[in-house]
Amino acid sequence: MSEETKEYAYFLGCITPNRYPGIEAAAKKIFKEFGIESKEMVGASCCPAPGVFGSFDMYTWLPIAARNLAIAEEMGLEIYVTCNGCFGSLQEADHLLKAHPKLKEKVNEILGKVGREYKGTTNVYHAVTLLHDDIGLDRLKEKVTKPMKGVNVAIHYGCHFLKPSEVRGLGSSETPFYLENLVKATGAKETVYKDKLMCCGAGGGVRTADTPTALEWARQKLVSMIEAGADCVIHPCAFCHLQLDRGQYEINEAFGTSFDLPVLHVMQFIALAMGMSEKEVGLDQQTTKMPEKLLK
Amino acid sequence: MGTLIDEIVEWGGGVMGEEHMETLRLCVQCGKCTGGCPSGRNTALRTRKLFRMAQEDMKEEIFNAPELWFCTTCYTCYERCPKGVKCTDIIRTIRNLAAKEGHMSVPHRKIGVYALKTGHGVPIGPDQMKIRESIGLESQPPTTQKFKEQLEQFQKICKETGFDELIDFDWDKMNLKEAEAKK
Repeated sequence: MSEETKEYAYFLGCITPNRYPGIEAAAKKIFKEFGIESKEMVGASCCPAPGVFGSFDMYTWLPIAARNLAIAEEMGLEIYVTCNGCFGSLQEADHLLKAHPKLKEKVNEILGKVGREYKGTTNVYHAVTLLHDDIGLDRLKEKVTKPMKGVNVAIHYGCHFLKPSEVRGLGSSETPFYLENLVKATGAKETVYKDKLMCCGAGGGVRTADTPTALEWARQKLVSMIEAGADCVIHPCAFCHLQLDRGQYEINEAFGTSFDLPVLHVMQFIALAMGMSEKEVGLDQQTTKMPEKLLK
Repeated sequence: MGTLIDEIVEWGGGVMGEEHMETLRLCVQCGKCTGGCPSGRNTALRTRKLFRMAQEDMKEEIFNAPELWFCTTCYTCYERCPKGVKCTDIIRTIRNLAAKEGHMSVPHRKIGVYALKTGHGVPIGPDQMKIRESIGLESQPPTTQKFKEQLEQFQKICKETGFDELIDFDWDKMNLKEAEAKK
């Protein structure tokens, strides 16, 4: 069956392109393999972070998010993201603006002053849902050339991928299946651990304002993963990536520990399973090191 | 001047709908929010207590409570509340109201500075540009940080909404006003 090439606007956000560009490379390459082109959103900004800018002033958060949505609308494309923060922000903004016409009018008054307009003609997806729902597990399995046999994976969801579930619409936030299915499709095995669905501790401005608290929180999660026998942790969020990867260096500095649990964005993990190299997806450029087991 | 709940309903309602915010009145203090709160394990955050304080109109106490800022917005309480209280969105709204009255930490204001200077809460630096090049990406993504005219749109929106004043931003210095920066 031949597949037409489809295009999506790839909303990069901040941490993916500016701290962990390997996630960006992995997403673009994976989708290309399935006939999906990732188009650049010229002029996009911070999403802006829902728990941070949304906590400071939601009347600034919303028009900035709407401006990003409007850029994709001008391109005539739907959006995908690789960060839960971006997902939370853009999908929630889109949801609110579609539900409240008066709010849309108000936001467009502001956007009009910078020559933009939000129309409500795009949709926001996460790379994980594109892969899982649109491409599908069967097609993914066909492309797995390096099965992750014998690899024990701790799954970390982050928060805004699933929650609030009434807005995200991806099923129950207590019994999720997206990442579990993707892990299984690569041939790896999930390691169940204590507090699997717990936050990484970074969001809502906590990491910014009180780093030690945020790190202690991540430390507890890492201990649970390691005690359960995980070889690595995979997740769908660039901000969680920063907290769990760079965070391990900071935790080791702060607590005198020696954590080195490999952290992979699910796009990087799948890229490896599809035969791409560690270097191609930036896994040799981060804090935690990848073991042979994941690379052979 | 209305009560704190009135303010929460008005401010948060303007974006999320008044019905959404009115749910605060439904809190019966069961404590399920606090029981499942990952922050509460490590910090003084007690969502149940915050909501009781809100219902009792203890505005100054809430605005000055450091634990108000220990919520990571993980939405666990929001998902589990048996009365359908939109907990996380209520916390975000209380934070908005606190920030409007000047209760905003310097690190938080500084994230705002990055945003006003680059359009990004986390901007790019030269080291990351090199990493991008090494994996076959453009050295800089085509965002507000790269294109001045795009950044100006971002800045204009922030001026329109008063975000610059909220964080005490000085456009001449492109930083926080002297007094804020020193805190």
